[in-house]
Order: sequence, then C-alpha cells, then structure tokens
Amino acid sequence: MTATSMAGGSSRRRIRRGRVVLHAFLITMSLIWIFPLAWCFFTAMRPLSDTILHGYFSWPTTLNFQNFIDGWTNANLGYYYLNTLIVAVPAVIITLILASLVAFALTRVRSRINLFLLMMFTAGNLLPPQVIIVPLYHFYLAIPIPKPLSSNGLLYDQYIGIILIHIVFQVGFCIFVLSNYMRTLPKELNEAALVDGASIFRTYRSVILPLCTPALAALGTLEFTFIYNDFFWALLLIKTGSKRPITSALNNLQGQFFTNYNILAAAALMVAIPTIIVYIALQRQFIRGLTLGSTKG
Amino acid sequence: MPDPQAIGLAPASVSTGAGAIASGPRKRKHRYSILTRRDKVVLFLMVGIPTALTIIFIWLPTLASILLSFTNYQGIGGITAANIVGLKNYQFLATGYVLFWPAVAHNLMWLLFFVFIASPIGIFFAVLLDREIRGSRFYQNIFYFPVVLSLAVVGFIWELQYAPDGFIDSALGLTSQNNAIDWLGNPSLNIWAVLVAASWRHVGYIMVLYLAGLKSVDPTLREAAAIDGASEFQSFVRVIFPVMAPINIVIVVVTVIESLRAFDLAFIINQGTNGLELLSTLITNNSISEASLIGFGSSIAVVLLVISLVPIVLYLSRVMGSASE
Amino acid sequence: MANQDTTRRETLSMTGLRSVSRRDVLKGMAVVAGAAAVPTILAACSSGATTAPASVAPPASVVPPASVAPASAAGVTGTVTVGSNHSDASEVKGMTAINAAFIAANPGVTVTMNPVDHNTFQNQIGAYLQGTPEDDFTWFSGYRMRFFASKGLTTAIDDVWAKVSSNFTGAFATAVTADDGKVYGIPVDYYPWAVFYRKSVFSDKGYTIPATWADFKTLCTKMQTDGLIPITFGDKDGWPAMGTFDILDLRLNGYDFHTQLLTGKQKWTDAKVTTVFQKWAEIMPFHDKTYAGLTWEKACDTLIQKKSGMFMFGLFLTGEFSSTGTPADLADLDFFPFPAMGTQYDAENALDAPIDIWMVSAKSPTLQADLDAAKAYMEFWSKGSTQLLMFQNQPGFIPTANDADSSSYDPLTKKAVQIVSQAKKITQFLDRDSRPDFAGANGMQAFLQKFLANPTQDTTALQAEIQAYWEALPPATV
Repeated sequence: MTATSMAGGSSRRRIRRGRVVLHAFLITMSLIWIFPLAWCFFTAMRPLSDTILHGYFSWPTTLNFQNFIDGWTNANLGYYYLNTLIVAVPAVIITLILASLVAFALTRVRSRINLFLLMMFTAGNLLPPQVIIVPLYHFYLAIPIPKPLSSNGLLYDQYIGIILIHIVFQVGFCIFVLSNYMRTLPKELNEAALVDGASIFRTYRSVILPLCTPALAALGTLEFTFIYNDFFWALLLIKTGSKRPITSALNNLQGQFFTNYNILAAAALMVAIPTIIVYIALQRQFIRGLTLGSTKG
Repeated sequence: MPDPQAIGLAPASVSTGAGAIASGPRKRKHRYSILTRRDKVVLFLMVGIPTALTIIFIWLPTLASILLSFTNYQGIGGITAANIVGLKNYQFLATGYVLFWPAVAHNLMWLLFFVFIASPIGIFFAVLLDREIRGSRFYQNIFYFPVVLSLAVVGFIWELQYAPDGFIDSALGLTSQNNAIDWLGNPSLNIWAVLVAASWRHVGYIMVLYLAGLKSVDPTLREAAAIDGASEFQSFVRVIFPVMAPINIVIVVVTVIESLRAFDLAFIINQGTNGLELLSTLITNNSISEASLIGFGSSIAVVLLVISLVPIVLYLSRVMGSASE
Repeated sequence: MANQDTTRRETLSMTGLRSVSRRDVLKGMAVVAGAAAVPTILAACSSGATTAPASVAPPASVVPPASVAPASAAGVTGTVTVGSNHSDASEVKGMTAINAAFIAANPGVTVTMNPVDHNTFQNQIGAYLQGTPEDDFTWFSGYRMRFFASKGLTTAIDDVWAKVSSNFTGAFATAVTADDGKVYGIPVDYYPWAVFYRKSVFSDKGYTIPATWADFKTLCTKMQTDGLIPITFGDKDGWPAMGTFDILDLRLNGYDFHTQLLTGKQKWTDAKVTTVFQKWAEIMPFHDKTYAGLTWEKACDTLIQKKSGMFMFGLFLTGEFSSTGTPADLADLDFFPFPAMGTQYDAENALDAPIDIWMVSAKSPTLQADLDAAKAYMEFWSKGSTQLLMFQNQPGFIPTANDADSSSYDPLTKKAVQIVSQAKKITQFLDRDSRPDFAGANGMQAFLQKFLANPTQDTTALQAEIQAYWEALPPATV
C-alpha cells in the first residue's frame, strides 16, 4: 500500500513536471505563432516618417492609429468590404443550395455514374486554377448575359462572373462533404417520405435539408472565409478597380511609384479582421467544416 | 441492362441510375419505381445544372488549355493555321527555358518541405493538444488563426519579418551591408523563407484535420497500450498512428495538392521571380501578363495539370472508394 | 522659363523624325487664340457632372484650366469613360482636378473614371484592350504603344494631333507615332533617369561629381571607406535593373546598337553585350548587398537616411523624398548624368526618359457614342495647364506641353528638363523599347536577376539563354 502510494506520488510529480514542460513548450510556440501578426500591428501603429528616419527596428517615437484611419480612407476599405459581401453572400448561399441538391440526388439514387460525377466535381475543386485561367478569361468575354444580371452584357468585369466562378470552384468540395454527411442519415427517412407520397423535391426540402443544418452551417462558415480571402479571380476577371473585393484593394495601396508600408500594414490588419471575427464567433462550425470533408471518408 | 423505357423518358444520368436499379435486387427496384416522371426530371435538374456549370467553366477550359499549348497564340485576333506549332512549346520548356526546371524543383521542394516538416509539426501539435490539458482550446486557436487569413495578408505580414530592415535581420543584429541576410532577395534562400511562411499556415490546417481524427480514435485502444506499459511515444507510433491510416492518407494527399496549388505567397512576394518560380507563377507571368504568351503559358499549364492529376486521382480513388461503400 | 523650354524643344527635335506641319502651327494658334474664351462656363459645371470625382473637386483647382480652354473644345457633350493606372492617392487627386476642369470647360459632359493599380493595369493591358476597355486610357510610348496600335486595339487620333501638335516638340511627335505613320497618343509627362544624391552628403564629405567611369569608381571606393553604401539599389520588382543596363549599353555601344538589340536586329550573344555585363560587374560590389529583396522605395530610404551615397533611378523618386514630412530632404536632392565611359557614344548624352501618354481604345463598347467627348478629353490633356494639375500632385513627372508654365518648377525639375534637352538620343526604358513578352517578369527581368546574383560569372551561357528566349518567342508582328 505504501509502495503503491509512493509510486503514484512520484508518477504524479513526473506528470506534473511533464505538464509544466508541455505548457512551456506550447506557450513558446504560441508566442512564435502570434509574433508576425503582432509585429505587423506594431508597424501599423507607427508613422511612416518615424520608420523612414529610424528604420523599422527601432524604439517608436510615436504610436497612434493614424495609419488605420489613413488606410481606411485612402484605400476606401468600407466600400470594398461591401464589394466582398456582394460577391461572398450570394456565392456561399448558391454554392450550398446547388451542392446540397447534387449531394441529395447522388445519395438518393444509387448509380454507377454517381461516382464519376462525384469525382468530376471534386477533381474540379482540386485543380490549380492557373490551369484554366486563359481560356476562362475568353469564355467570360464571349458568353452573353442579359442586362439585369450584367451591366455590360458579359460575365467579364461583373459581380455575377466572380460569383459564378466561386460557385463552380467551391461546389465540388461542398458536394463531397454533404454527400458524406447525408450518407450518415438513416435511409429509412427517405423511404418513409416517399411512401407518404412526398415528391422528391419535398423530401429534399422538408426531410433531408433540415437534418443537414449542422453541416450546412459548418460549410457556410468555411466557404465564407475561402471566398472572402480570394483575390486571384477578382484580379483576373474584374477590370473595374472599384468592383474589386477587399483583398485586392490592398493592391491599390501598392503604388508603382510610392508605397507606404505602414499604412499597408494597417490596411492588411483591417482586411484580416472580419475573418478573424468570423472564426472566433463560429469556431465550432469552422473546424467542423474543415474536418467533415476529409475525415468522414 | 439499361431499361429502354427509362432512357426514352429521362435524361442520361437518371436513366443510367434506373438501369442500375433494374439490374439490382427486387426490393430496390420496388423502392425506386415510386419515383414519378416529374421526380426524375427534378433529379436530373438537381444534378444537371451544377454538372453543366462545372463542365463549361472547368473542364472545357482545361481542354482548351491543352489545345492552346500546341499554338503560339498571343491572345489577339483569331487562331490560324500559322499559329499551330506542334510540340515546340514543350520542346522549348524542356530544353531551352531556363526557368522551367527551377520551377519544377521549387514545386518539389515545397512538396517535400510540407510532407516532411510542416505536416509532421501539425500532427505533433494535434497529438499534444489531444490530451486533456488546460487551455487546449486556446492553443488550438492560436495555431489555427493563420489559416483564416487571406494569403495576401499572410504574404505581407511575412515581408515585414524578412525585409532587410525587417524584424528577423534586425533582431539578429545583421544590419550592416556585409552580414545582412537577404531572406527574400537571395535566390537560393528565399524559397525556404517562403516555405516557413507557408508552413505557418499549413501547420494549423493539418493540426485541425488530425485532431478531428484523433477524437474519433477509440480511447480503449490507448488505455490498453498504457496498461501494456507502452510509453506515450510508443503507443502513438504502434497503436494510434496505424489506426489513423485513412486520415494519414488524406493528409498526405491534401499536402501534395496544396503544394501543387502553391501560388499566392510567391506571387505576392515578388511575382514568383528570382528564386521563387513555381509552375503556377510561370503560367500567370507568361500568359496573363502583358507578355501574353498564351500558347507557351498553356504548355506549362498542361504540365501542371498532368502532375496534379496524379494525386487527385489517388485521392479520389481512395476517398471515394471508402465512401461508396 | 521660356529659355529652357526652347532649348528643350530644339534639341529634342534633333532626335525627332517629323517636323511640325503648317496646319499644326495654325491649329496651335487657334489654341492660343481660344485662351480665356470660356471662363464663365464654370458656373454651370456642377449640374452636368454625375460622377463622384468631378463633383468633389475643389473649385479652386478648376479655375486655371478653364480659363485657357480653347473655344473648339467647349461644347462637347456626352460621356467619356476613362481607364487609368493613376490609383495612388496623390494621382487620384490630380485626376479628380483634371476631370473637374474638363467638365468645367465642357458643361454637360460626364467623365467616368476607372483607376486600377499600376501593376495590375500593366499586366492586364492586353486582355483589357481586347475586352471592354474604357474610351480613353493611360499608357506608355515606344514599342509598347506601337504594339497595340499595330494590333488594331487602339484608335488613331491624327485629327486631334493636328490640332495640338504645335504644343509639342518633334521628339514627342515621334514618340506617339506608330509604324503606319499615324498618331495614337497624346504625350502627357516624362521623367529622366540619372544618378541621384544628397547635396549635403557630397559637401560634408567633399565628394565631387564624377565625370568619368574611373572617377565614378574612385568615388564609390571613397564612399565605401566612409561607411556609406556607394550605390543604393532595389530590384525586387525586376524592372529597376533595366535602368542600369540601358545606360551602360547606351554609353558603351550607342543608341543605335541598343535600340537594335531590343528589337531583335542585334544578337544578345554579341560581344558588345558581354562588355556591358563586364562593366556592370565592376560596380556591382558597390551596390547595396540586399538589393534583391528591396523595393526601390526601401532602397531610396537609405539615400534619405544618408546611409547610401547614390541612386541610379528615375526622377519620380521625389515621391519617396516628399513622404518624409521634412521638405529639407527634397530640397537636398540633386542628380548628375551617368558618367562618360570613354567611348565615342558618350557624346550622345543618351538617357532613358520614358514618356507617358493617353490613348483612345478601339474596342470600348461606348466609343462610337462617346467619340467626340473621348477626343475632346485627349485634346484637353495636351494642354500645359491640364498637365500641371497632375504635376502639382505628382512632381517627378514633368509636363510635355510647350505651354506648360515651367516657372512653378522647382530647381530639380528645371535641371531635369535641361538634362533631357541636352540629350541627343532619348530612349524609353528597356521594357518600353522592346517586346512586352521579352521584357516581362519571367523574361528579361529574370535574366538580369540571374546576372546580378553572380555578376562576375562568364556571361556566355546567360547571353545564349537570352538569345534563345528571344528566338523562341512567337514571330513579332511589329
């Protein structure tokens, strides 16, 4: 008895020592992880004249939020946030609707072509976008789009064009995740609905979709940050500077002839803030969205 | 045997479905016969619209890229017979273009760095944070937050660290002309600097994926290993890691695909030049820049396509294989 | 002021091919005669403007241009859409003032502006011009202008040029004339490349302006022992190194060889190119060691901080000097022409002095409807008063018009005007004088970076690679 309690005590002490080391390690790593962002913040708080004269690695003579104010006004960030929302909100919603429809149909009807379709969607999602950019650009100039949807009659240089390419590229991932999710739902639900005489669309709308809410919420959060963070498509497919999303607005601050890095640092932080907020607020959905995709398989 | 009636009535994807069902067990046939014709049309539209979009906006352009790679088209006017150059673009890529093999090498370095350094660190963090320790959630958040940042922002944040007057050199006291380390300018160093920045983001991503996998591991396995007297390291290597085989494969493939898609950071830092050439930046710089060498750029795109299809097919066959049953 | 302008006009026309026609002179007189004809129109300007930039312009900046607006330009109505690479805050300010002045001179006209950041604008130019470009847009003279003109993507504006050509020297006329003999642009500003330094550093340390290559290297050595970086340099963006290549090639091999080399009429494997690299290698040890990771702005900062001695760059570096908030920094800035290399070509006094222009696109969906307004806008940009509105916000870009009031120029700008006027040969810059597909980030810029990474290398292989790249390009159409 004494022996065991002694052994237990030492092992507990060893565990405690282990815990201390573990926490020390994790805290060090956390500091390293957070540092680049903190440094960016420090730079953003300093006036350009201060850093030109003393260098970036110097004790600050002045710290203020002026660069944030200048960045906000010079880059017109408020306006570009709105641009991003105009693209991201419909893109996320339509992506989720289309993806859930496909996922439903593919899980509902068992067929040899299912696997092929699923592969086609997912592979499209995984392809490096550079593989298709040049032809895509010409498609965007060639395909006519009626007036209310497009102010110049094309997909090019239009919000709808950007929304569309986001949908096309993201729908594969969402189909994959949702079809995995739907497969975990009890099959009897489907059958019961059908026996009740519900149409296939009603089964989708009233039976399956409500059950998918957790997966949809997770995917929605994830897709929002994906689309929010993109700047590649807008750079390519939007000509009008004032239609570009927030991430490319950063480029507007990088002049060929003059760049103020301190303002740029402030603007970069402001660009990052919405996704950080979304992440903190909807953490659970977020991580779930990421993990649903790759672990259910 | 496809049901001729179904083919007549319903469009392809659904009719094949019906065919498969017809040859299936009786019970199934009975179940699907409940579908009305209207249901079949609805099902077709459900699948058909997104399929059409994907074909038009992803697979047709892919095909067009392949065709363009046999031309010297520069994007102005129509393509004539005079534009067709056969395999000349590929030949110049392999033998004449100084930046092609470095770009391939950089993509490969990106891949190896992610597979052997960044992903294992992510896995290591996941294993550490999987235990019940105080603040596990907090640490997870810290390691994960770079993943939610736009790469435009990540690139800029790291430029502030690596610049000759930035944090790293200044902190190391390397500010004089002769000993300053030019992290982003030195063409043999900058790829590593960028890989560190990219890993800053990749580690958190892998950590979350792996954590989710670890949560699903049966806890009795770990207990059994502990009772057998295995150290934590041993129990991870011998018990947990093998059980996690499916997710390990997912992580390898995700890492490979991410490496091939690498673009944003290099492009933001110096447009993918001077040591940061990647296949993706070569495509962009040659074909959608002022240079407008569309034919030549497309041949690089085809190379990237072919390389990418290898992990994509592996991934799909693995994941879909397990998903379909 | 008049003196300098005349000198510039005369010497610039030495390089020019075409002389001013009688018709041009007459039109020029009309411009002068029309001055002050329409100042009262200003009162009506607020009604017609629908675009934000126009309506927010301060009236004060509107007055001077309106007072010199020619009678012929007044009365144009309709809309003109304008695409520009002027996205920096100061440039937007200049554009806003100019658009307001244009509207003031043409009540009822609407200007819709689309500013896009400089690099993006440049990278997308081919796609942009084939897509749905604006009516009028900013671009560069030289091969880059001729390239798009030859592809039919821009509209000739000989009729506008006929009205305004008397306001430009022959060199500018050459710069906007394409291979078909038609005029495609209005030159609006230019900036010379030279060696910049701080006067106070030179006087404190007792340095003198180097006239020869040997002097230059001696000065570099002296600066090095004084603890300065002799030559600051930032090539992260790839293009700044071209400035040094250009000047060395011009001094060593002359204008003719240089322009022929850039258009494929000479080979990159030529021993003359080897000499350029060898001379460059001699001064590379004096350059900032961290050049490859520096943008030119960061490189310029060491000059401002008096940590470096000289900077081979374009006049627009004044923008960085102005941003310190201390006017004395800018007042302390001076430059000298690149030293003589002891060849017969020194006498050419050649230099890079790129000219920025405005052009009319061809595929703008609104161009047919807007053509009058689009051309009136081009004509408006040919006035010195218009160009000065931009110059006030962007010093470092010198107006091109003869009637630009140069009395407001600071001494540095006046000197810049002079150095250009003394040049017998003027080039645009490597990436403006050569094929865009050759000069790009993964073309010539990359080759120069490869050289700079190891300047003492045997450049034979590199030169062969450059030549191979040139030859692999699709057949040139210009």
